Amino acid sequence: MSEVLVLVDHVDGAIRKPTLELLAIAKRLGSPSAVFIGGADKAAAAAETLKGYGADKIYTVDDTEVKGYLVAPKAEVLQQVAAQASPAAILIPSSAEGKEIAGRLAIKLGSGLITDAVDVAEGGVTTQSVFAGNFTVTAKVTQGTPIITVKPNAAAPEEGAGAGAVEAFAATISDAAKGAQIVASQPRQATGRPELTEAAIVVSGGRGTGGDFTAVEALADSLGAAVGASRAAVDSGWKPHTFQVGQTGKVVSPQLYVANGISGAIQHRAGMQTSKTIVAVNKDEEAPMFELVDFGVVGDLHTVLPAATAEIEKRKG
Amino acid sequence: MNIVVCVKYVPDATADRRFESDNTVDRVGVDGLLSELDEYAVEQALQLKEKRADEEITVTALTIGPEKAVDAVRKALQMGADSAVHVQDDAIAGSDAVATSLVLAKAIEKIGQPDVVMCGMASTDAGMSVVPAMLAERLGLPQVTMAAVVETQGNQVRIKRDGDTATEVVGGTMPLVISVTDQSGEARYPSFKGIMAAKKKPLETYTLADLGVDAGQVGLSVAWSAVEDTAARPPRTAGEIVKDEDGSGATALVEFLASKKFI
Ligand SMILES: Cc1cc2nc3c(=O)[nH]c(=O)nc-3n(C[C@H](O)[C@H](O)[C@H](O)COP(=O)(O)OP(=O)(O)OC[C@H]3O[C@@H](n4cnc5c(N)ncnc54)[C@H](O)[C@@H]3O)c2cc1C
Ligand SMILES: Nc1ncnc2c1ncn2[C@@H]1O[C@H](COP(=O)(O)O)[C@@H](O)[C@H]1O
Repeated sequence: MSEVLVLVDHVDGAIRKPTLELLAIAKRLGSPSAVFIGGADKAAAAAETLKGYGADKIYTVDDTEVKGYLVAPKAEVLQQVAAQASPAAILIPSSAEGKEIAGRLAIKLGSGLITDAVDVAEGGVTTQSVFAGNFTVTAKVTQGTPIITVKPNAAAPEEGAGAGAVEAFAATISDAAKGAQIVASQPRQATGRPELTEAAIVVSGGRGTGGDFTAVEALADSLGAAVGASRAAVDSGWKPHTFQVGQTGKVVSPQLYVANGISGAIQHRAGMQTSKTIVAVNKDEEAPMFELVDFGVVGDLHTVLPAATAEIEKRKG
Repeated sequence: MNIVVCVKYVPDATADRRFESDNTVDRVGVDGLLSELDEYAVEQALQLKEKRADEEITVTALTIGPEKAVDAVRKALQMGADSAVHVQDDAIAGSDAVATSLVLAKAIEKIGQPDVVMCGMASTDAGMSVVPAMLAERLGLPQVTMAAVVETQGNQVRIKRDGDTATEVVGGTMPLVISVTDQSGEARYPSFKGIMAAKKKPLETYTLADLGVDAGQVGLSVAWSAVEDTAARPPRTAGEIVKDEDGSGATALVEFLASKKFI
């Protein structure tokens, strides 16, 4: 069975959940091979995790020489691993960096590229959601090694050990690939809540919060949810940009999305319209968000949310 | 210094966007405009020029697209770009990002050695956010992308951006490709003076032959990926909407969440 390369997304060796989802998808297409580019001291633990989620092979690439350089070195690594492995497909997490790596790799390999897949079926047929989630498109790469970037939550991670053979891969990185470098980095403060793009439930607030997110956050915590925001809330400085849901923020597709004090502009919908269940609280019954909802409350979020949170806490006992 | 800013003509997001029978985006029947997200790129190119007023800097707006796409570069000229290039060729219709990046790269080479290629963060229609990276690869340049803040000093570029896991400062040396987000600062409106001045600015139209690109390298038929099917999302079935009166809204909300097993 042909190998299917999966680029591992990790923070200092801690593997992020979308990578495990990619391993599950890779199994449908062939034999999963994870490509871990990171510190040599983190490789063994990472390989163990990757094996546990089905990796038959793990290429470990020591990043000492290229740490802090962006995108281009990783594209070169994947090009070199692909030259050796002749994979049936290459799967990359659909983050901003992942898509850029995929873009460069597509040109290097002369391969077609599909981005932001929400599903990949056997045979490499992808499903994408386009035009603010108003259309579903199925597509297939027709030239070269299919390169597919896959969005979070496209599959459930599957535990079950693969063969887990580890190969230390010696990549050669060109000087040209070292043209852009991270010169300073401020890790995001942990919120203790799930990642916005990975969460099963997202509770968001907009301009209607008036800048006070307490009620939104309390509801989120009672549901074990991530917190999101509209651009109006971000532009007002109430939440950092990383909380923004929408066309120019994060695109989320959780089981449940709760929009509070958000009118439902098309650019916001673009980021949440494919959520399974949508709930809104808005004091304006004409708000376009109500066109999308499974359940809506016309009311003031500052009274509805605290009461709902209290009721949820009571039921949880 | 040469700055090329890549701008795309896109269907209006608030209009009824649709697909043609061959599964390509309908770019003719739907009203179009300069992609809002590329206005930010024009703005940053112009600011870069204004901040370095003592240097000779040319900002060239570049677009690939059908006849009407000239509106996109025209708007850039009205905002303040110095010159514009419109690549128009029937063979280009239906091109994917791979082919688009090829044509952009050839056009940029023809315009002249760039110091900065400025792009938007994504097209508002297809929105793959891959053209800047592909373009950088083709031109053999580094890329610093998704910038919320762009600063330059000499040939050094520093951008600030909100990454997934960290806020980062990324550095690079010109020549390079930059892409900017909608956090980079409101784009200016064309002034009356700008609109009048734009009429006299150079605007060139290139065909593929002018760029030495073979028509067989671009277009729908040679795209490296193929759409098999498109389907409009079924409209969401109308949900239940209740008015909150004396706390009834919260109770009904919790009932709903419980019925869906979210609690
Ligand atoms: C290029 C571009 C990209 C964009 N990208 C994004 C994006 O990624 N994400 C995004 O969100 N937007 C984006 N926007 C902005 C978008 O068009 C809207 O302006 C924005 O989503 C509005 O945010 P909002 O719903 O919070 O504010 P508003 O539209 O002002 O709505 C506030 C809502 O709160 C309700 N309300 C007020 N008080 C209360 C209360 N006490 N209780 C309950 N309800 C209350 C009001 O009835 C109203 O419906 C983009 C715009 C452009 C042009
Ligand atoms: N047809 C085009 N003409 C000019 N620039 C383009 C074109 N397509 C994409 N771009 C540039 O590439 C950026 C990202 O586009 P995309 O990869 O399509 O999301 C845009 O913001 C533009 O700056």
